[in-house]
Amino acid sequence: MTAGGWIVMIVSVGTVTSLFTWCIYKVMTEEKVEDHHIHGLDIDTPDQPPRR
Amino acid sequence: MALKESWNSRLGVILAVSGSAVGLGNFLRFPGQVAQFGGGAFMLAYFISFILIGLPICWAEWTMGRSGGQNGFNSSPGILQAIIKHPAGKYIGVIGVLVPLVIYLYYVYIEAWCLGYSLNFIRGAMEFGSIEESTGFWATFIGAAKDGSAIGFGITQVGGFLIFCFALNFYLIYRGLSKGIEFFCTYAMPALIVLAIVILVRVLTLGAPDLSKPDQNIVNGLGYLWNPSKVVMQERSEDGGSWNTVTEIVSRENIEIHETQAAANENLRVIEIGIFEQLRRPNLWLAAAGQIFFSLSVGFGVIITYASYLKKEDDIVLSGLSATSANEFCEVSLGGLITIPAAYAFIGIAGVAGMGTFDLGFKVLPMVFSNMPFGNLFGFLFFFLLFLAAVTSSLSMLQPVIAFLEESLGINRKASVTMLGLITALGSMFVVYFSADVKALDTLDFWIGTFMLYILATIQIIIFGWVIGIEKGFNEAHQGASIKIPSVYRFLMKYVTPTFLLVIIAFFVMENMLGWTPWGGESQVSGYVTDLIGGEGKPANPVALLSVGLIAVIFIFLTIITAISPRFKEFMKQEDPQ
Repeated sequence: MTAGGWIVMIVSVGTVTSLFTWCIYKVMTEEKVEDHHIHGLDIDTPDQPPRR
Repeated sequence: MALKESWNSRLGVILAVSGSAVGLGNFLRFPGQVAQFGGGAFMLAYFISFILIGLPICWAEWTMGRSGGQNGFNSSPGILQAIIKHPAGKYIGVIGVLVPLVIYLYYVYIEAWCLGYSLNFIRGAMEFGSIEESTGFWATFIGAAKDGSAIGFGITQVGGFLIFCFALNFYLIYRGLSKGIEFFCTYAMPALIVLAIVILVRVLTLGAPDLSKPDQNIVNGLGYLWNPSKVVMQERSEDGGSWNTVTEIVSRENIEIHETQAAANENLRVIEIGIFEQLRRPNLWLAAAGQIFFSLSVGFGVIITYASYLKKEDDIVLSGLSATSANEFCEVSLGGLITIPAAYAFIGIAGVAGMGTFDLGFKVLPMVFSNMPFGNLFGFLFFFLLFLAAVTSSLSMLQPVIAFLEESLGINRKASVTMLGLITALGSMFVVYFSADVKALDTLDFWIGTFMLYILATIQIIIFGWVIGIEKGFNEAHQGASIKIPSVYRFLMKYVTPTFLLVIIAFFVMENMLGWTPWGGESQVSGYVTDLIGGEGKPANPVALLSVGLIAVIFIFLTIITAISPRFKEFMKQEDPQ
């Protein structure tokens, strides 16, 4: 692998990894954070009213 | 009245959209393209395409989808009619249902391959000594030898895995948007990334697996993928007029060996092709733009439906960017470092050069894993990773059609799932039955999974920039937005992106259909075209004709439903009471 190859790889991987990390950080630290709860095994289609 | 479905959380919709985008292309197609077109040159064209095509269409789809959802529509025909306020919109929107529906017919078949391969690895049935052996397994597993031979239910046949994949997809779809798709993606996407990182660590620590071939090592494999300049050996053609590339050379030792060889033979030469010389090749730009396009799932009709379930105050700019960046991370940082270096280290350049997605994924890599320490475990993990990536994508193909059936026919989830199950089962049976040389799959993938994506994305960006209007579109996009779209995108989305896409379509038709290569080389009409009209002394291919016939039947069926749907007519009456 040439020096150019290392540079291309590090810049490419570094750019997308930084962008992804920044986006996730931004989403997770937003003021409008919603409660994120994982659903159980209930079915939730428009066919039936939601279970409370 | 039916309750309107919605996403449970912002992170959930981001994971669902990125799950839709992350698929086999990230781990198999992308690295093959980078290696083929030269790392540095390809990545430059790739990032430019990402900025000029990927992000603009992504934001346009998110915006139009959420806007359509505010009008009470979740299907592409309903959304586009509501946006352009003309009945033509619903007919244009039919493409947004046709594309995911047809792609699902063959994608679920490939999904079953991934599951079958992973289970066969973990039970230790994947011991291959050569590419011929792994190719033989693949041919038997998917029935590539003759039509009808894929229909079998043994552990080394695809039938049982296909039924399982079908059942899993429809179970999750039936459970609903939030408790089906979002629930699955919330677990599957992080699991997929963890699996990829585990495999990446294994691959990067392989060194040179065969001590008798020290130049076949991971660093040279990475060099083959990422080096900006390519060193190739060329041979003079018989007429003496041109030089044809024989092989690419990566390691310093091999370069010296080939240079010595060339010095002794005047019909051979070793040359270096620089980054700017590579960038002058139009087909490199076509490949880079195409990869961005297929990878991000733009033009699929999926994002527009997913975004329609958002609320008016929900952010779409950061969410769109996040989903896109998650896909890019999986593609460049994970996919770009795993498959090609591993294959290079075990087989060398001859085993990876010019390999297509299926060849690399289902013929070369199984052989690589079967020769790796703990290969059964890592083979299982890799194909299970592909299986998860495929399920998150196939689920996203079903939701636009479910939304369309419920909206246009006024039916509930049970009825829509049953109806779609029946349609897709018949369609997939067609693909699986005509398995010889994967002809049906290949034909559907070319006309719908490739060509039609360009068409739909071009229509969508033109609607955003010219029908809605760029100012109105931007205002709509920024409602509830956490970050701003840079102002330069006003100009890009109105002028540059549509122009870029139209140029790509023109080149695609010229090169991949008509076979005309304005930059040199032999002109030959594409096999996909001669399959339909005959040529070169061969008649038209009946399976290809039937495949295009299947597309036509589905298109007519969807168009008729769209035309008679009272829901779509009511909307236009409300908009235009005259």
